[in-house]
Amino acid sequence: MDAQTIIARRVAQELRSGNLVNLGIGIPTLVANYVPAGLNVFFQSENGLIGTGPIPEQGMAHPLLTDAGGRPISALPGAATFDSAMSFGLIRGGHVDITVLGGLQVDAGGHLANWMIPGKMVPGMGGAMDLVTGAKRVIVAMQHAAKGKSKIVAECNLPLTSARPVDLVVTDMAVIAFPGGKATLLETAPGLKVAEVLAVTEAELAIPDRVPEMKL
Amino acid sequence: MKPVSAEEAVAMIPNGASIMVGGFMGVGTPERLLDELVRQKKSGLSLISNDAAVPGKGVGKLFDGGQVTNMIGTHIGLNPKAQQQMLGKQITVDLIPQGTFVERIRAGGCGLGGVLTPTGVGTLVEGGKQRIDVNGKSYLLETALRADFALVHAFLADYVGNLSYALTARNFNPVMAMAADTVIVTAEHIVPVGVIAPDHVVTPGPLVDYLIANG
Repeated sequence: MDAQTIIARRVAQELRSGNLVNLGIGIPTLVANYVPAGLNVFFQSENGLIGTGPIPEQGMAHPLLTDAGGRPISALPGAATFDSAMSFGLIRGGHVDITVLGGLQVDAGGHLANWMIPGKMVPGMGGAMDLVTGAKRVIVAMQHAAKGKSKIVAECNLPLTSARPVDLVVTDMAVIAFPGGKATLLETAPGLKVAEVLAVTEAELAIPDRVPEMKL
Repeated sequence: MKPVSAEEAVAMIPNGASIMVGGFMGVGTPERLLDELVRQKKSGLSLISNDAAVPGKGVGKLFDGGQVTNMIGTHIGLNPKAQQQMLGKQITVDLIPQGTFVERIRAGGCGLGGVLTPTGVGTLVEGGKQRIDVNGKSYLLETALRADFALVHAFLADYVGNLSYALTARNFNPVMAMAADTVIVTAEHIVPVGVIAPDHVVTPGPLVDYLIANG
């Protein structure tokens, strides 16, 4: 199983029936492909839709029905559309149960940096700051390391997305939570030992007595 | 509401004007007005728009010819020309969180001085802003935003200027239609009064100054 699939499948296990969920671009988008059968989850697209469905079949796209990247999507039965003030009222107002976002860095205290690399990449934060500030539960879905460098760092040196810590980080190697504000290793990827995870993790991780493997 | 041609409408916009343009990645953007802004070579524009779309589409067209001097928005990452112009300091871009962007415009249209939002507290966004604590929680004071012109795209417009919107093309349009001195609207369909039921009107006609007539 490739890294992205491991992450997406594991994150999908966090979803509960009735949840309103916002998925960021990149790996988070893949989570929708692994929603367990029979689970009724509402996906929000912040450009103004609850009830996003799969990419429409060839010839069925509507130019006025798109995701936040401007790509055609469909709407499921029960979908609702609204303006951007409502969309961000839902996000900032605590009405979104779970947001899944990509990350550049998460630090030992759970702080996320995911919107700019000064001098290199300055695209703008879009909706990320509101999502991390307002969603009930924030899950970061990202690769554990980039070019051999840990993305789970002692302290973020990139600009923070929010002062509010995230709730869970799911990587291709580990599941990490922050009980009491301390990064704690909850699970390892199938076949990985705790020591192998620690070897590529810059942040200090608390290790509980039992650290099971992800069940994918 | 007065029906006009796109040419007449855009002729009213002087160089250097501030314009709010509806749309999200070019979806729900009044393309005919942007084409006309390009054709009439309006310059020095202050653009208030969620994103810079992509070159050749929506507000992206204004960056192709260097017609924008400054922009307030939330994301320009998918328009390399806007990025180049920002990094090369030909334009200034004020990037702000999307929820803050829409609330500042809503405040501008609703007679409010600003809004208090928790978004951005403790980040770079806080720089230079007033932090206000309410009931033990910290917020930033974000001031209201208005423009000289709002360029709005609706799905249906009736003969008195009532507007309704479609699917994800609604986005910032109804909010911007309240926050500018002059509101210019294009619609996919112009319909008789009554086709949009009163309960389905999103932007009431009196907010609309000019509707672009079918050509």
